[in-house]
Amino acid sequence: MPVAITLTVNGETLTRLVEPRETLADFLRRDLELTGTHTGCEMGVCGACLVMLDGLPAHACLMFAVQADGTRVETVEGLTGSAALADLQRAFHERNALQCGFCTPGMLISAEGLLARKAMPSREEIRDALSGNYCRCTGYEAIVDAIETVARRRAAGEAALPFAEEPA
Amino acid sequence: MNRPLSALDRPNSYIGRSVSRPNAKRLLAGRGRYVTDLVLPRMLHAAFLRSPYAHARIVAIDVDAARAMPGVRLVATGADLAKLCKPWTGTLDHFKGMTSVPQLPLPLEEVLWAGQAVVAVVADSRAEAEDAVEAIVIEFEELPAVVDIDLARAPGADRAAAGLENNLCFHSRLDTGGIDTIFADAAHVVEEEFHFGRHTAVTLEPRAIVADYDCSEGRLTVHHATQTPYQFQDLYSRHYGIPEARVRVIAPDIGGSFGMKLHVYHEDMAVVGLSMLTGRPVKFVADRVESFVSDIHARDHRVRARMALDDAGTILAMDVEDVTAIGPFSTYPRTSAVEGNQVIRLIGAPYRMRNYRAELSVVFQNKVQTSQYRAVGHPIACAVTERLLDMAAAKVGLDPAAIRERNLIPDDAYPCESPTGFRFEALSHQQCLARLKTMMGYERLRDEQATLRARGIHRGIGIATFVEISNPSPAFYGIGGARISAQDGAIVKVTPSGEVRCLISVTEQGQGTETIIGQIVADQLGIPCERVQVVTGDTEVTPHGGATWACRGAGIGGETALQAARRLRANILALAATILQAKPEALTLQDGIVVDAVTGAERISLAEIARIAYFRSDTLPPDASAQLSVAHHYAPQGYPFAFTNGIQGCHVELDVETGFVKILKHWVVEDCGRIINPLLVDEQMRGGVVQGLGAAFFEECLYNDGGQLTNGSLADYLVPMACEMPDIEIGHVETPTADTVLGAKGCGEAGTAAASAAALNAVNDALAPFGTSIAQIPMTPARLLKALGRI
Ligand code: FES
Ligand code: FES
Repeated sequence: MPVAITLTVNGETLTRLVEPRETLADFLRRDLELTGTHTGCEMGVCGACLVMLDGLPAHACLMFAVQADGTRVETVEGLTGSAALADLQRAFHERNALQCGFCTPGMLISAEGLLARKAMPSREEIRDALSGNYCRCTGYEAIVDAIETVARRRAAGEAALPFAEEPA
Repeated sequence: MNRPLSALDRPNSYIGRSVSRPNAKRLLAGRGRYVTDLVLPRMLHAAFLRSPYAHARIVAIDVDAARAMPGVRLVATGADLAKLCKPWTGTLDHFKGMTSVPQLPLPLEEVLWAGQAVVAVVADSRAEAEDAVEAIVIEFEELPAVVDIDLARAPGADRAAAGLENNLCFHSRLDTGGIDTIFADAAHVVEEEFHFGRHTAVTLEPRAIVADYDCSEGRLTVHHATQTPYQFQDLYSRHYGIPEARVRVIAPDIGGSFGMKLHVYHEDMAVVGLSMLTGRPVKFVADRVESFVSDIHARDHRVRARMALDDAGTILAMDVEDVTAIGPFSTYPRTSAVEGNQVIRLIGAPYRMRNYRAELSVVFQNKVQTSQYRAVGHPIACAVTERLLDMAAAKVGLDPAAIRERNLIPDDAYPCESPTGFRFEALSHQQCLARLKTMMGYERLRDEQATLRARGIHRGIGIATFVEISNPSPAFYGIGGARISAQDGAIVKVTPSGEVRCLISVTEQGQGTETIIGQIVADQLGIPCERVQVVTGDTEVTPHGGATWACRGAGIGGETALQAARRLRANILALAATILQAKPEALTLQDGIVVDAVTGAERISLAEIARIAYFRSDTLPPDASAQLSVAHHYAPQGYPFAFTNGIQGCHVELDVETGFVKILKHWVVEDCGRIINPLLVDEQMRGGVVQGLGAAFFEECLYNDGGQLTNGSLADYLVPMACEMPDIEIGHVETPTADTVLGAKGCGEAGTAAASAAALNAVNDALAPFGTSIAQIPMTPARLLKALGRI
């Protein structure tokens, strides 16, 4: 039997009926069409499904949508809209820290989570923090470089340049 | 400040420049459109019942209960789909004597590996389809599973599939003659038996397909996460009897491929038939567990090899036997024999050796099919050659770098031919080795190694030289009868507002194809990069071509774009000359403006030319021809392949108590000819290296004796993680091919080609003081502890 849940997704509070067996990842992707959240393993290993749940990175594949009742969820779409990830996105773009892009939303959320915990992580700490994010394309180094750059820029108080193009 | 102006100082000189990928922005914003994301009106979902047995006869199938389950629209068996789909056989004519049993989307009588799809359920949701799969009852009669490569080849062995005479798919022998005598007389002989595990691509987005058959028009549209849309257009058309012009294959954003997504999979073929049977779009996305048991696997070789040398350490000959197991049939349409064939033909390729003998046996067994995956055959050939060379160095008393210096084909000896018949146009092994030694600080690392050894810290240094096949001509597949194109096509056109669109047959999986094509077109036309839009991945839109595989995107696709852009430029200038009443030779394009070729004075903008051509043709003279779209095809000519070369270095530290290896650093010097975008080339290298290091240390599909995959989940199968990977330093040497104007060769596979070989040599270097060695990858801690005699 479908169950009603109420949660805030990307700043919008909504109520939906969900199947008890539906994961949060499937709920976001299918019911809300937020397909920026990906699934690569559906068992909490690859990190492609990471979203911000009450401000902390969480695996959307590992929890049921019903468990997200009452929470605040932010996905890559929402974090792009609010420009929260703009400096990371820009640095990833400049450094070519993505190829196929399938791991990228999860990587950005992991990176954001790391930099919130630790402003100036070492390369080693960045690599450790990314252990739950698989990337099959890049070999990781460019991602580490991009995150390092953002940490430095944030520490220097550089205002994030917008990532999205403004409508003309 | 008197630096001479380089080509890069010219306006719009984009070839050779690091340009970020414009199409990466949507991926960063979560706006990628992968097949996995796709939803079509009235779309249904497929799930498959899979064989629990590695080999069994299907006695009876009962689908009645499944048909009655909620949401179920169709339950289809092998017989249902066989009525629509012609069988396929994965052989190529130029592999003489090759054999394989015909395949259908779903089997009729016999299952050939554990995980093979047997029955399809189509339902309103994937969950409902999976529920109904549970309700299917199949009676199997288990048959003996062929697993071991030696038992498989024994006389009277059980056969991996009913239609086979024996388990040998393909056999090949190369012999330059007199090998036994050379070995008998040689001052030094080294030999080894190597084992290369099976591994698999693990693209982060699994295989995904949506087939949409429109009965009203007899038209099939397939949204397919593949590298090769044209190949699949041809296959769907021929196997389902739909005229080619009514088959459209669209490859949108793809979450990684690495060669894995260009083969025919049973489920993908089935989904097309399921859409025809239901008259509705049908989607199938493999879940991760399904990926492990149905994506192609790769490698799986046992190589026995020896090398003969004279007393100074010059290679005299090599003698090789490769036995490789490929699953129960050969993959379609590219076969499963290319890998082994490349292994035996690439061994020894960087060196002056003239005498060579090799034997290849490609063997059937009851595991999932293996086929081409990034760097096809190269890692095996490279590891065998390079490890034997290190063993020889130790025996002769030479440093590993020195024995390579002695044996590499000199940079001034080209063109030349390998003993296996490969023709090399121009390679740069000596330059690359010298550069690598500098980058690594090779001598210093050796000193440091000696010092640390005295303190019980065991570091190893490994180097590995490689060649890589790129830009293949029809010699690869076309001559074998496969309808796989070696040419590419592009349409380049000026839009009414003076922008440029390039529609091209090469495809994008994140490596940056669209970016480099845009750079080439902008460069050749003389317009800003931002004004070029590149479109790929849709058979309805772009000309027919080979697309992206075997490192052909930059070399062949890039040359296609270059030639097309030059033709369009000539048309633009001719039209401008007509409008300006000037001579075309007196004009050139710069930053999107036609200027005087000598003075650089602005004459007319491209936008203005386009406006006149499209909207005011009445103002043109009657004989003026405004051809602002050009369609152009290019097929590789000259050498059958453009070989690239390079060398890699790996520095590791071995913990002899735990068997754990820390990769401290990795270096690559590579020569892929003309570099179009250094940023993208470097990241192709790094990504490739990490896949090679994965094979060296972590990745292996483990099977039990019954042919069951025992680690088929992402929690059990190890892929390299960020914390395990080193920083990778890249250096370049540029030897452009003279076969094209562009001069580019491939770079996507070079990283993978030699990384595992360099790692194998590094670990063995660390093991050397213990008088032991390892000749198997992945080099797991358990295997290393065993080599050390600790377990
Ligand atoms: S899909 Fe959630 S961790 Fe892989
Ligand atoms: S960019 Fe493809 S998986 Fe990371």
